Amino acid sequence: MRGKGHRLAAAGGAALIATSVLAGCGSGDGGITINVYKYPQENFQKIVDNCNAQADGYEIVYHKLPREADGQREQMVRRLAAGDAGMDVLALDVTWTAELAKAGWIKEFTGQARSEVEDGTLETPLETARYEGKLYGAPDNTNVQLLWYRADLVPTPPKTWDEMIELGAKLQADGNDKTPGLVAAQGKQYEGLVVLYNTLVSTAGGQIVDDNGTKAVVDDGAVKALEVLKKFATSDVVDPSFSNAAEDDARLAMEGGKAAFMLNWPYVYAAAQKVETIAPHLKWAPYPSIDGDPAKVTVGGINYAVSAFTEHTEESFDAVLCLRSAEHQKFAAINDGVPPTIESVYDDPEMAEPYPMKEAILETLKNASVRPRTPAYQNVSTVISTILSPPAGIDPRGTAERLRTELQDALDSKGVLP
Amino acid sequence: MSHAVKTDNAEPALPPKAKAALSEGKRAERRLGLLLCAPAILIMAAVAGWPILYSLWLSLQRYDLKFPDRTEFVGLENYVTVLSNPYWWNAMWVTVLITVVSVAVELVLGMALALIMHRTLVGRGIVRTSTLIPYGIVTVVAAFSWRYAWTPRTGYLAETIAGGDPVLTEKIPAIMVVTLAEIWKTTPFMALLLMAGLALVPDDLLKAAAMDGASAWQRFTKVMVPVMKPAILVALLFRTLDAFRIFDNLFVLTAGSQGTSSVSMLTYNNLIKGLNLGIGSTMSVLIFIAVAIIAFVFVKLFGTAAPGGDGGGRR
Repeated sequence: MRGKGHRLAAAGGAALIATSVLAGCGSGDGGITINVYKYPQENFQKIVDNCNAQADGYEIVYHKLPREADGQREQMVRRLAAGDAGMDVLALDVTWTAELAKAGWIKEFTGQARSEVEDGTLETPLETARYEGKLYGAPDNTNVQLLWYRADLVPTPPKTWDEMIELGAKLQADGNDKTPGLVAAQGKQYEGLVVLYNTLVSTAGGQIVDDNGTKAVVDDGAVKALEVLKKFATSDVVDPSFSNAAEDDARLAMEGGKAAFMLNWPYVYAAAQKVETIAPHLKWAPYPSIDGDPAKVTVGGINYAVSAFTEHTEESFDAVLCLRSAEHQKFAAINDGVPPTIESVYDDPEMAEPYPMKEAILETLKNASVRPRTPAYQNVSTVISTILSPPAGIDPRGTAERLRTELQDALDSKGVLP
Repeated sequence: MSHAVKTDNAEPALPPKAKAALSEGKRAERRLGLLLCAPAILIMAAVAGWPILYSLWLSLQRYDLKFPDRTEFVGLENYVTVLSNPYWWNAMWVTVLITVVSVAVELVLGMALALIMHRTLVGRGIVRTSTLIPYGIVTVVAAFSWRYAWTPRTGYLAETIAGGDPVLTEKIPAIMVVTLAEIWKTTPFMALLLMAGLALVPDDLLKAAAMDGASAWQRFTKVMVPVMKPAILVALLFRTLDAFRIFDNLFVLTAGSQGTSSVSMLTYNNLIKGLNLGIGSTMSVLIFIAVAIIAFVFVKLFGTAAPGGDGGGRR
């Protein structure tokens, strides 16, 4: 039967995990092993090796989590719920901190560890690691979207959404089909749409959920953001497949010469260097704003947390501090393309070549926004992306009302997740 | 299940005194029988009974791992929440739609396949083996190949049939693809069960009917189907129960986005993703009840009796 297959698979999985945990414990020659769980990062093992060379009394072992964020969260959460002592250090997406902290599954950073993490780290990434005034994570890398545009078509980048829509429409109207005027962005029903909406809401000075993460606000700013999103989604410059587009779809639209503008993460720069027709013309600018004030762009990224069930607290915090040191953040930025969270790393001359847009990133980061910090973030995100999808169908007032009720249910853990 | 039904029917025929008239030896034998069964029953109670009771208990509580300090007993509140929620009913209708369409199509195709397999004269082994291939592939693996086939730019089905449209990102087309994958995957199972039923139809009966001038269609509807009825009902029952719990195909193909969640998918999302043990358990209990109703309808109203009563070998 179907169920039997799952049960067998589960048993097999449990056996596999058990053996890997046993193997993990055994590899320290009787010494202490710090098990780090992180998504697959190509050159992370080198950082681990480096830390192991410096560490005294323990050995870090890198366990790769699934590639997809949902898979990572599920695996960690399931084991944490069972009080598994086999996990010491966890690499968390910035949106998971509140949930794990509230559930009592990760340790607070205090004293020496706290001051070392806070020293020199950019404020917004640090904000993502805080919950109820306490620090629960050490920012490893961060991320912000920029506006990417074709310098051969657009001499000066637009400053606002209205300008961008106007410029794009003009490009398209300027005669032949060969002039692309589209704006590529993420409108699919997933986290990318939540990131876009959160940026719009913060830029409009609004709030989706209050600072305590307990009350659904969805104020005038949030309604304004819905209006902007609706206007964009129904304009002439929107890609017809906007409501199905994720990051890579937007990138491909740009590389394929369909779009003149793109809202996307900095990884597109390296990728576009392989496309000869686009590479020389691809330029970046700050994210478009709504009424002239700089946009407040949503931050992404990863924070390290220490599991509440670890048997080696001190060593775990020590390992975290090493894994996220300025030196290692620079290494990861250059080799794996992830923006650092320690401000001084941006000034390093070695960063200039692989990161020509580092100034723009740093500037955006200093005025960035955080997604709602609530233990129920997973529910909040699912509700937002479901209700906003497809963006062309938004009715600002009505949609805001629906968001308010369903988000409140989600925050109270009352409603049903779609 | 079948034995229970049969004993029920048989009992009234026995004189009521029969029970009292058990001899000493018979009673000892019965006691021994119970003792021998006890370990199995205890294990069943532990692995099947206890989780069911526990999820019933959880479903009466507000219990969210994200808010451990808000845990409390809420009675039937979770049931009210779920049963008045549009997502739940959407998932229920999606599930019912997939179940009804896939089982109906599978019955027709399965019957055709069973007839072919039954009548094949040459290469019987090869015909039967090749028919069973889809059933032999692990569902998740098959679902992945369906997903890639329907992905624009990389998939041959998306390019040829859908004209490069991302069909899996729209509700109705996605449900159609899921149903198709389900049909492709489990038609062989249906055919296998029906073939067993076909073997029950005596050749003499068919020959006699042909002699009386019955056409091929009449022989099928008037002779074969009535004789096969028990086998058909068992096949339908197994497939309906199975299709109602559809999860793996959906999980890989759409993961429940764009309102394509089945009830199992929705339960998984609330339980594992949302960490809401209360709401999730409520949904599991509701699925359990729905499955029980389906089984009841088949067994009591249609008189299904599973030969051997064991679905063994199903995946």
